[in-house]
Amino acid sequence: MLTTDRATAEKYLATRKELADAPVEDVIAALTAMATQIRLWDLEMINRAKLGHIGGDFSVTDILTTLYGAVLNVDPTNPTDPERDRFILSKGHTAGALYSTLAYCGFFPQAELATFAQALSPLNGHPNRTKVPGVETNTGPLGHGFPVAVGHALAAKLQGSPRRTFVVMGDGEMQEGSNWEAAMTAAHYELSSVTAIIDRNRLQQGAGTEDTKTLEPFPDKLASFGFEVRDIPGHDFAALLLATQPSTTGKPVAVIANTVKGKGVSFMENRVEWHHKVPSDEQVTQAVQELTNA
Amino acid sequence: MSTPTETPPAAPTFDCRKAFAEEIIALAQEDPRIVAVCNDSVGSSNLTGFRDAFPDRLINVGIAEQDLVGVGAGLANGGMIPFVSAAAPFLTGRALEQIKADVAYSATHVLLCGQSPGMAYGELGPTHHSIEDLSWTRAIPGLRVLVPADPQETRAAVRYAVGNPGGYYIRIPRHAVPAVNPEGTGFELGRSVRLAGHSPGGEDVTVIAIGTLVSRALAAAETLRAEGISVRVINMSTVSPLDADAVLAAARETRGIVTAEEAIVSGGLGAAVASLVVQNQPVPMRLLGLTEFAPTGSTDFLLEHFGLTADGIVAAVREVLGHGGA
Repeated sequence: MLTTDRATAEKYLATRKELADAPVEDVIAALTAMATQIRLWDLEMINRAKLGHIGGDFSVTDILTTLYGAVLNVDPTNPTDPERDRFILSKGHTAGALYSTLAYCGFFPQAELATFAQALSPLNGHPNRTKVPGVETNTGPLGHGFPVAVGHALAAKLQGSPRRTFVVMGDGEMQEGSNWEAAMTAAHYELSSVTAIIDRNRLQQGAGTEDTKTLEPFPDKLASFGFEVRDIPGHDFAALLLATQPSTTGKPVAVIANTVKGKGVSFMENRVEWHHKVPSDEQVTQAVQELTNA
Repeated sequence: MSTPTETPPAAPTFDCRKAFAEEIIALAQEDPRIVAVCNDSVGSSNLTGFRDAFPDRLINVGIAEQDLVGVGAGLANGGMIPFVSAAAPFLTGRALEQIKADVAYSATHVLLCGQSPGMAYGELGPTHHSIEDLSWTRAIPGLRVLVPADPQETRAAVRYAVGNPGGYYIRIPRHAVPAVNPEGTGFELGRSVRLAGHSPGGEDVTVIAIGTLVSRALAAAETLRAEGISVRVINMSTVSPLDADAVLAAARETRGIVTAEEAIVSGGLGAAVASLVVQNQPVPMRLLGLTEFAPTGSTDFLLEHFGLTADGIVAAVREVLGHGGA
């Protein structure tokens, strides 16, 4: 099991405290810088390991940044606090983005990112809760995170706890029937503490989601399943901050975050092949430039 | 194939499902973390009493087994202790990946309770027979596979699982069974219960049985004892982790081993015992269980059909001893 990077964690907690009362422009500026750092670390990890899911990592990065930078009640110095909010990355193949985010917050030392996918590293290609603090359940096979999130929210409700549960799914992942089973359970039990965020980049491994198995009319489907639906631009921090606020209707919340696969790197954006492709050295140089100058 | 000469056991029989239901209510009274999760199976999982006693703590996710197991894992993550209960074929088959990823690999404290396993739903046919559940669950690293053989052991196994964090698959028989373990026998993970044998001249053959087959193994031992053959009967309450010491002692101290289970032999108890024996102390073995989907018939008919009877066990013991078929 990795352990807290105390200095980084304390800096993270201090920043969270400052941002809690800061003007929204300052929050957005901080989140923008955080997201850039996370993408740069992720790029470096994937380039070193020569494997990873960079397209999905970059589409989900701003969502993770919003959650860890401004929303989740988590403490990297006490990662198993029973009253923490739960975050579940159901699209576990984008572990690289999660690892970079957790390292940014001090859940473990940033230097560990260099071990990603290496033999015996705690940082497997898909996240493992018994090895990586901050990971709540082991994911990888799709369609698992939402039911687990619902179970956690039921536990919180039974305990009368105000803690919240967030789950991030890929849009292609919504083709798994288990997610709709979970959606029905969340609505039936009126689990308003659940926020399901769908990283709607419109691409899955092999092709576009609509070319593979149509999701649209997606907001209507989620609404008809009993969700308060928030359909937002998924790289807009102001929109993400609003969309991650608690339910206003007593229903569970579904956020459709409309994102761009490979966001931030021109040659990756909206290109299906960057689902799990490794950039060349020249491409890495260009990607670093584009991310840094954005 | 055995001949239908077996007389019904005279001993009174008891319902493990009732014992299971009573025990989880008792545990829930002691511990507010205990919840029951089911898939429209309040009745068939014997949770009616639990629901009446703790309406808020009975979560019914409807007919959705993948959700069922995932929700169980999430409840555990949130500090509850969930009994996730459903008919064994659907709990294990439909949600096997959830059992692997959300429970075992994620190291969550979830108690998966497979109701009415084996051929308990006789005439409903192989879709409703849970004969592969032991093979599937035993293949998952770290998952504890418990097969209580009588109501007392059911209570003890359930209580053990609540008190010792980890992922469990507990197989709860549907049909009433006689008490097979000595009074006061508790439950210890990975420890079997030795039930018969200890004849002065030593024991000739070991029968390792689980669940519904344990009482039949005892009846077979009685028949053979009358013929001067001494049988060591072992109730292998935990199929994973297996009681390796008991198996290897049987291989050393007796002339052969018969396994008996209401399950497919490929991957189940028989396969578990055989793989241990063949790598350490090879002895003649016979594996009693299913090798194909069952035809139409009642549970009792099907047990006869597959030789899962006292007579079938007697015949297998004779084969192991080289006496040939009876």
